[in-house]
Amino acid sequence: MSALSRRRVLFGGAAVGAGALLTACTSNDPGTGAQVKTNASGDANAAPGQKVTIGFSAPAADHGWIAAITNNAKAQAATYSDVEFKAVEAGADAAAQRAALSTLIAQKPTVIVMLPWDGKELNAAGLEAMRAGIPVVNLDRAFPSAAAYRLQIKGDNYGMGLAAGQYIGEQLKTKGVTNPIIGEIPGIDSLELTQERTQGFNAALATYGFKVANRRPAEFTADSGQAAATALLQALPKMDALWNHDDDQGIGVLAAIKQANRSEFFMVGGAGSKAAIDAITADNTVLKATVTYSPSMASSAVTLARLIGQGKGMSDLVELQVPKEITLASETITKANADKYAKLGF
Amino acid sequence: MIAQTAPPDVRPSPKSKRRLDDNTARNLGLVGVLVVLVVIGIVTKPELYSDPTWVRNNVLTILQQASAIGVVTVGMTFVIIGGGIDLSVGAIIALAGVWATTLATQSHGAAGMIFTALVVGIAVGLINGVLISYGRLVPFIATLAMLVSARGLAAQISGKQTQVSANDTINSIATTKLLGVPLLVWILALVVAAGWVLLNRTTFGRRTVAVGGNPEAARLAGINVKWHTVLLYALSGLCCGLAAIMLTSQATSAQAAMANLYELDAIAAAIIGGTLLSGGRGTIVGALFGVLVFSTITNLFAINNLSTEVQNMVKGGIIVAAVLIQQFRYRSLTQLLKR
Repeated sequence: MSALSRRRVLFGGAAVGAGALLTACTSNDPGTGAQVKTNASGDANAAPGQKVTIGFSAPAADHGWIAAITNNAKAQAATYSDVEFKAVEAGADAAAQRAALSTLIAQKPTVIVMLPWDGKELNAAGLEAMRAGIPVVNLDRAFPSAAAYRLQIKGDNYGMGLAAGQYIGEQLKTKGVTNPIIGEIPGIDSLELTQERTQGFNAALATYGFKVANRRPAEFTADSGQAAATALLQALPKMDALWNHDDDQGIGVLAAIKQANRSEFFMVGGAGSKAAIDAITADNTVLKATVTYSPSMASSAVTLARLIGQGKGMSDLVELQVPKEITLASETITKANADKYAKLGF
Repeated sequence: MIAQTAPPDVRPSPKSKRRLDDNTARNLGLVGVLVVLVVIGIVTKPELYSDPTWVRNNVLTILQQASAIGVVTVGMTFVIIGGGIDLSVGAIIALAGVWATTLATQSHGAAGMIFTALVVGIAVGLINGVLISYGRLVPFIATLAMLVSARGLAAQISGKQTQVSANDTINSIATTKLLGVPLLVWILALVVAAGWVLLNRTTFGRRTVAVGGNPEAARLAGINVKWHTVLLYALSGLCCGLAAIMLTSQATSAQAAMANLYELDAIAAAIIGGTLLSGGRGTIVGALFGVLVFSTITNLFAINNLSTEVQNMVKGGIIVAAVLIQQFRYRSLTQLLKR
């Protein structure tokens, strides 16, 4: 009995000591390199105007891209003296976000910017806000009903696949590879965005007469990327090109390639993370390019939400109001232009 | 390899002899499944299997990809034999991995990172165990709550970012080979061996079986059931901490969403390995075979470029089939003996 309690005391002491040591280890200087637009001293739109309250809601998903979306929106709002930024937690799912949005609507912000969990499921929330006279800026995940949003700004998933396919097709054509072996590592396969990316990729490859030899989906996480890439590399002992849909999972994909000691192919990434752009610049891995799907759209969304709130248009356009839909082009980042994009990496 | 559950100091009564045969038969059955999977691979992809280097490489890859989940499964097997369940293993891995890769922890070097991961794993396991033993929470609920909150804390610490490991020593764990075999596979082998000894050759193992089989009888026999349960969850947590290091090394990073659904893979592997979900019975070697079956299926589907949806359906089918076959064989065996 006494031995047992001594053991317990030791155990407890060790636990307390370790706990004290560990709590010091949670610090993580974020050093957020947010993507912010801060220019235009001569631009009338930049001058402080009518006070605007922007309500913001985005899912709390554990992914670098979503984190960058929220950071960007916050940072962009902070650059305006006439903007009050009111972020609400989107909660764990679509239902929670709907609840959070009704609270937000009751507070009567000037404009609401939201990245919905799911466009279809949050469509009603968009309609409710619009009916309450609050313009809604939809970020990236479209509402089916055009009445549910004032502005929709999103990335181009199909175009992303197209860009990746075109880059790979051109490279292989230049190298004179006639019957290339091409691998693909998509993200979560059940998502519509993944399917659109793959469709674009296949369409672009088809114009060169190429097709994907093997496709192993991951889950947008580095460890799933490592597992998918390991399986893919084992299935294709020789490969010419690889498209990985997402640079975050790409960390694991690159690790797997290194662990398997492979280098006979080149790889294209997706999204345009800082790590990927750095690797492309350094040019010491198989990663030679990445096609963007930039979270900078959140910064632009806040800028445009402010203009909508103030009733202004985009000063370079003829129209007096902000357009209704904006789709970002997916750009291809290679070593040649990587320096230009370095500040946009997230 | 054979004497799985029969406690060493119990004379082989007819009953325990039958149990022993049952375990051997089950493990042989799982080996049979593995052989069938490999044969399917050979038939469908002869061009790959005709290259001995590729085959050797493939076996090592399957083992390596099974290593982290295998370590988790050993811990899970102990918890299940002890009458519990640990739904939080994936979340513990994420928390341990994230905690071990913060910039602050990384500044303490590889030893600091490994220490952090192991201690976080043990600590979370202890909390699970205390909640279940002394807070009288049902294991399912306690570890479900831990699943949610540990991932939440991991997301909080990481700021939802993927934390890249800049530590070469940690990253090289996944690339190092000893005698031509990846270090990760050696770690798995050591953990399985240690788990086997712990379960079959120590009082701790005997107590685990007793606690899971009949907690009241175990208590009357003088076993501190509550404290033993705490230790089982701490052991599972320790395995998760170790797995976190292995996964972090493989992915050269950690994030709050890592090791997604590992709890289900680990439970499934333990079950098809012959561990009784109600506790009191189970084998480490069987659990290892369970993990290897899943890893081999993943490999088989990859080399044939089949979709992961089909793969998941087959996995589900194998779980059901394994349990059905076990029941069926057990029943027919009993009938045979009665005759």
